[in-house]
Amino acid sequence: MRHLIDITDLSVNEIAELIRTSNDIIGNRKAYSEVCRGRKLATLFFEPSTRTRLSFEAAMLELGGAVLGFSSADSSSATKGESVIDTVRTVACYADVIAMRHPKEGAPLLASLKSPVPVINAGDGGHSHPTQTLTDLLTIQREKGRLDNMTVALCGDLKFGRTVHSLIAAMSCYENIKFILISPEELKIPDYIREDMKKRRNIEWRETDKLEEGLAKADILYMTRVQRERFFNEADYMRLKDSFILDTEKMRYAKPDTIIMHPLPRVNEISVKVDDDPRACYFKQVENGKFIRMALIMRLLEVSK
Amino acid sequence: MNVDGINSGIVLDHIKAGKSMEIYNYLNLDELDCCVAIIKNVKSTKLGRKDIIKIDAEINLDLDILGYIDPNITVNVISDGVLVEKKKLKLPKEVKNVIKCKNPRCISLAERETDQIFRLTSPEEGIYRCIYCDSESK
Ligand SMILES: [Zn+2]
Repeated sequence: MRHLIDITDLSVNEIAELIRTSNDIIGNRKAYSEVCRGRKLATLFFEPSTRTRLSFEAAMLELGGAVLGFSSADSSSATKGESVIDTVRTVACYADVIAMRHPKEGAPLLASLKSPVPVINAGDGGHSHPTQTLTDLLTIQREKGRLDNMTVALCGDLKFGRTVHSLIAAMSCYENIKFILISPEELKIPDYIREDMKKRRNIEWRETDKLEEGLAKADILYMTRVQRERFFNEADYMRLKDSFILDTEKMRYAKPDTIIMHPLPRVNEISVKVDDDPRACYFKQVENGKFIRMALIMRLLEVSK
Repeated sequence: MNVDGINSGIVLDHIKAGKSMEIYNYLNLDELDCCVAIIKNVKSTKLGRKDIIKIDAEINLDLDILGYIDPNITVNVISDGVLVEKKKLKLPKEVKNVIKCKNPRCISLAERETDQIFRLTSPEEGIYRCIYCDSESK
């Protein structure tokens, strides 16, 4: 692994290795506090995403490294018309590893083709966001103790939600996975994902528009945001939005050990009252995001404790 | 109409009827100085109707482009009036700068002088995807 551009670049073994390192970091944080001393991470955020950038920067700082970078297109050379490749070549003179977020799909891949230092895709438009998926996998592994033999319910915008698409792709590599896909008719998963699932023998799935029904069978409920702008008219949005909101009432349908995940930020799709439920894992997810990014940076810089 | 009798050159046979002009353009045959004949709507037992292109010179053809457009085309190489080789085409693993990505959000359209690269992701269905954004070519 020289770069991380898409979650499908990683083998099951490589993912297991990153999860192993993350777990070790969580258990021995002191042992890792100097491993990246003298190394620098550049965060090139051509569009702002404070959460993801902070997670990368916190990860590098906890490894004893330093960070530099920019966080929106207007403070960077991109507004002067400098190309992605020129920016990356310039930054590679100062940094040992690059985390890039860009509104255009494929920009991190293009950068990686010319970059002398490792490039991590920190989100490229609606296309790919592999460190989010790694975060999700680490959370599932830590909370459930396994990644196979699992019923995963995914709820909300399954049509445009890239986190959902890559989580399906990643989980499809494990044995005996069942998906319950909960969404309004307008926001069902795209055909090509259904086709991909058909080709795999270890996958079963069911589609429904009832959150309660999906929740009753799920080991994991992965919630996503249903965005107003995805609907043709306000009436449809108003009609549908409440059906896909998780509240304490609906939580009664969940099994005692079901975990609730969300890539955050949320708007109103999970009631704040659910936060106190021990099954709510989304804030643990945030912290896991930092640990898996630490493991990833170490792997790409080829350092160990 | 006499368009037979190529002495040394290439005959592209079994082109799907109506596709010959597209192939002419993709292969930049307009840049050639030699004789090029496009024969349309020829009766064919295999296809019903087909197009044929005859090129009166032994040029190097980009077989990958041809395979991408239609792997059923046959390429006959003729030397001194004799058929010396019948080349079979296959779907190329990758095509570079043949098709343009149609996804307006794709970096390959925003960054200048970026090679348009499509990769064969599903050989059974002949599906090509942009390496940058994964959009399908058709
Ligand atoms: Zn593209």
